[in-house]
Amino acid sequence: MSGAAGVSAELSAQLSEDILLEVRDLRISFASGRSLLAAVDGVDFRVAAGETLALLGESGCGKSATALGLLRLLPAAGRMPGGEVLFDGRDLLALPEAEMRGVRGGGMAMIFQEPATSLNPVLTVGHQIGEVLERHLGLAGQAARVRALELLAAVGIADAERRLGEYPFQLSGGMKQRVMIAVALAGNPRLLIADEPTTALDVTIQAQILELLRRLQRERAMGMLLITHDLGVVAQMATRVAVMYAGQIVEEAPREVFFSAARHPYTQKLFAALPDLARRGGRLETIPGQVPPLAEMPSGCRFASRCEHAWELCRQQEPQGRQVALGHRLRCHLDRLPDAPGGRLAAPAAAGEAALAPGAPLLEVQDLRVHFPIRRGILQRTVGHVRAVDGVSLELARGRTLALVGESGCGKTTVGKAILQLIAASGGSVRLLGQELGGVSGKARRPLRRRMQMIFQDPFASLNPRMAVGEIIGEGMSALRIDMHRQGRAAAIAAVLRQVGLEDAAAGRYPHEFSGGQRQRIAIARALAVQPDLVICDEPTSALDVSVQAQILNLLGTLQAELGLAYLFITHNFAVVDHLAHEVAVMYLGRIVERGSVDDVLRSPQHPYTRALLSAVPSARLDEQPEFIRLPGETPSPANPPAGCHFHPRCRHASAACRERYPETTTLSSTHTVRCHLHS
Amino acid sequence: MTFLPVILWSDVLIWLLFVAAIVFGALSLRNPLWRTAWQRVGRSRAGMASATVLLVFVGVGLLDSLHYRPRLENAAGPQTATAAPPPTATAAPPPTAYAVEVLSLLDVLLTPLRTRNEKTYSEPLATRAYAKESIESRDAAGELQQSRDYPRLRHGGAHLGADEARRDGDVGDRLLRAVSLAFLAWWAVAAATAAGVARAEACSAPAAWRRIWSNESDFAWNAVLAAVACLLLVALPLAMLAGQYHVFGTDKVGQDVFYQVLKSVRTALVIGLVTTLVTLPLAILLGILAGYFRGWVDDLIQYLYTTLSSIPGVLLIAAAVLMMQVLIDNHPQWFATAAERADLRLLALCFILGVTSWTGLCRLLRGETLKLRELEYIQAAQAFGVTDLRIIGRHIVPNLMHIVIIALVMDFSSLVLAEAVLSYVGIGVDPTMISFGTMINNARMELAREPAVWWSLSAAFVFMFTLVLAANLLADAVRDAFDPRMAGSA
Repeated sequence: MSGAAGVSAELSAQLSEDILLEVRDLRISFASGRSLLAAVDGVDFRVAAGETLALLGESGCGKSATALGLLRLLPAAGRMPGGEVLFDGRDLLALPEAEMRGVRGGGMAMIFQEPATSLNPVLTVGHQIGEVLERHLGLAGQAARVRALELLAAVGIADAERRLGEYPFQLSGGMKQRVMIAVALAGNPRLLIADEPTTALDVTIQAQILELLRRLQRERAMGMLLITHDLGVVAQMATRVAVMYAGQIVEEAPREVFFSAARHPYTQKLFAALPDLARRGGRLETIPGQVPPLAEMPSGCRFASRCEHAWELCRQQEPQGRQVALGHRLRCHLDRLPDAPGGRLAAPAAAGEAALAPGAPLLEVQDLRVHFPIRRGILQRTVGHVRAVDGVSLELARGRTLALVGESGCGKTTVGKAILQLIAASGGSVRLLGQELGGVSGKARRPLRRRMQMIFQDPFASLNPRMAVGEIIGEGMSALRIDMHRQGRAAAIAAVLRQVGLEDAAAGRYPHEFSGGQRQRIAIARALAVQPDLVICDEPTSALDVSVQAQILNLLGTLQAELGLAYLFITHNFAVVDHLAHEVAVMYLGRIVERGSVDDVLRSPQHPYTRALLSAVPSARLDEQPEFIRLPGETPSPANPPAGCHFHPRCRHASAACRERYPETTTLSSTHTVRCHLHS
Repeated sequence: MTFLPVILWSDVLIWLLFVAAIVFGALSLRNPLWRTAWQRVGRSRAGMASATVLLVFVGVGLLDSLHYRPRLENAAGPQTATAAPPPTATAAPPPTAYAVEVLSLLDVLLTPLRTRNEKTYSEPLATRAYAKESIESRDAAGELQQSRDYPRLRHGGAHLGADEARRDGDVGDRLLRAVSLAFLAWWAVAAATAAGVARAEACSAPAAWRRIWSNESDFAWNAVLAAVACLLLVALPLAMLAGQYHVFGTDKVGQDVFYQVLKSVRTALVIGLVTTLVTLPLAILLGILAGYFRGWVDDLIQYLYTTLSSIPGVLLIAAAVLMMQVLIDNHPQWFATAAERADLRLLALCFILGVTSWTGLCRLLRGETLKLRELEYIQAAQAFGVTDLRIIGRHIVPNLMHIVIIALVMDFSSLVLAEAVLSYVGIGVDPTMISFGTMINNARMELAREPAVWWSLSAAFVFMFTLVLAANLLADAVRDAFDPRMAGSA
């Protein structure tokens, strides 16, 4: 480790005290046919007891491979051609498999991203914890039960006695992740590896889990290796941060340094690509191109092709990691970097503001209801309804963006689909351009179909893998009989592809040849091809990396300015809302609880639920994190919502009135309304 | 004309299937996604070796699917020679008469095997029968002598004459020649392959040779060549010996077992392939309708297949086959020849098997359609107002095709086995039609004899096993190549 030599005496003393894990020059490759593709290429880092090292990077940069490699749990094609993993002074890569089993769970434990699939669905919670206790602590019977109860209590599960005998399907997502953490802690590990532990969870639950992890780490003086792509999570959790790019650590720094003086161009770009208030409505910084594929790693700096500061040396010679300040290591050839990234803020889109004068509403939704019947018994009698959407009203004008925000299961996607008539509404009206959409035959609806389109969340599921891109885009044109003779169709497809920033030649290729961001562009092109006025965007960026998200948000912004599109933007990401939306509606259990302009809702939230949500969003800055308002319990089921105000069981301000009836809409200002008894 | 072509229904179907397979292959090569999948199949060594073996079986089956009736040589001839002159002096030539026996191209090639029947059982490569008989012969004095001995076979080893002891030498000699011929033939094939690869990849022939054997070529030529070597090493000795001996012995009525085995191949192929013609439309149509439209359509279709699959399969098939048999027996005027009757019965069996076995695939396709219809690209199409029929045609069917292909190849082997079982129970093909099932059925009683007659059963078993194993291995390769979850790792 070349950089270690330069570490000052003080730091090395501190580090050598209780270094838990030391990784030296770790290399991981995957066999593909006859060749080996290097996924992790010479990674060094250390984790001391009681500290959290955050491994940050976009998808495909080798974070998860590193974590699995530490535990020697790589898939069959994985090889580890070199490196050392010293854990408590023992080289894990040299241990026999039998001893390694003792290290896994006992020495270091891992928490996975998806709590739904990391617990075995046919074993009880108690059994799954007991398994670890028996293997690592030799506990069985009553002793194991007592210990398991302690663990469940430690991860904040109420009524632990009952939960021990329950199966994973009886638990909610956040609860499962808590159980998963309890299982991981059962072997008293000294190092916890958390691989995107909160990515699959809602913000309020994410905040609870992060708080739990921090507390456990403090109490047990555990080391933690946190793998994430979310700068907000890093800001809350990390002691030190290591940024990975294309299989290498390009920058490593203590948290304060990282957030104030990051020096690698990639790191700076990552910060710049984050949407936030400062760049509201303007263009986000993007990183051109994409991570080079494993088979075609450039010989020089791996970031050179996407780096605007790259010079000759970057393309010729691979930079080595070197110490630039205390605990701050960098792998870059640029000796003198501009201390503040220039051109961070592009000129705000003034044109957008000018077009904002709200005209006649394009879309009017009145009291929309979508109830799904619950059927039971042999005769399939309807015994109740899931009130997925229960009286939602909104309107949207041309050229405006309305963000529909809420946690999973609040019915926001159902609203989008019901507006598009993909799901039949049970009540209420949807009017587009003054024409009623519900209760009309499919044929009569067709002329209105081209006026509204949808962009879906997962660009991998929203494109038919068996159709060429040109066919995918042309499908809408032919289905809606948009008049274009054959030559015109090809030209129209090419034009719309150029509009979303793809080459004409893309029309002849298949979706699997494109990356996630490019696929989302194709999905946008498909929607644009029929020249809609309204586009419903269902979390279009949540499956994408930060830098790609910025590209897509920029594209959506440009298209709105050029074509005057109206967006109904369904999301749970407040940073995106802040960046893109003009108005915000917050949903809870099928109803809109607060509505207003972005400034109204995000700067002065009035509904307790909105406040709690906003407080739970991790900020990517060190100074800005407000105090987390903890919401007790979980979101109730929409099949059986609480009487009165749906939010009252979790609301700290709940009064008697809240328990009795649902509050009426209160108008706070001309743009701001809220449904809460506190304001009526 | 010296023969009258006979077109049996199953011939039509087999050749149609053959043409359809070629057309489908050509079409799928034009689609890049399918082409890469087929290329993955081409790289699989087990798959390509078994495909080579299957091709030989298919070749035998196709040869056996060109039928005709030979013209009887001068039907009036014997009459004039033996008895009275024609009653009336009409000058009109007698109408050409054709034999009632329907022959196939394969029968012509195997004429010696087909015609040289013994009296009864004989062991493989034997020169004498398997059981002792009383033989009457006249001794030198002209007295009639009776002795009990193994009688000499009429055809088996007839060329040896009285010198039966020479048999082992003769067999060895023929084997040696066959093996050396096999090696020569193999070298010729291998050299031609190498030259072909060299031309295609624009490298020298030795380089191409090295690429083939070091597994670097894009197609598993080494597996194909190895399979060809095995086939030659089996086929040529069989061919060399079959001319003079009964390689696999003879059965109860003295028919050559080798001939029967080769004839069984076509029956197996018809059962395995034609049945899928019945299952596929039913399974695809009903499965997609149920999965896509749900609601009462789904209920109805589910009710249908749950009912169908809860009736014991063999019982249902037995009932249907027996009814059909009565129908056929009551209407002898429908059929000009026995072969036509047997053929119709075979097709009816295919139909019955098909109607009773579509449920599994239907259920699979319904489940997959249920999953697909929730995918976002289907919803995107619905948002465009695309009609349901078009969504099914353009979005759902292409994304189900991999399941259909996999099911097709996998069902083949189970159907071949099902035929054997049904014929064994006595409700399979017509007893006059040679199939693996009837061979096994006929042989089962003889296993109980002492000494046992084992060759009939063994020959049928070995051939059927090879056919089914090859089909299964190919099915594996096809599944690996077409299954989207597997495709990612390849």
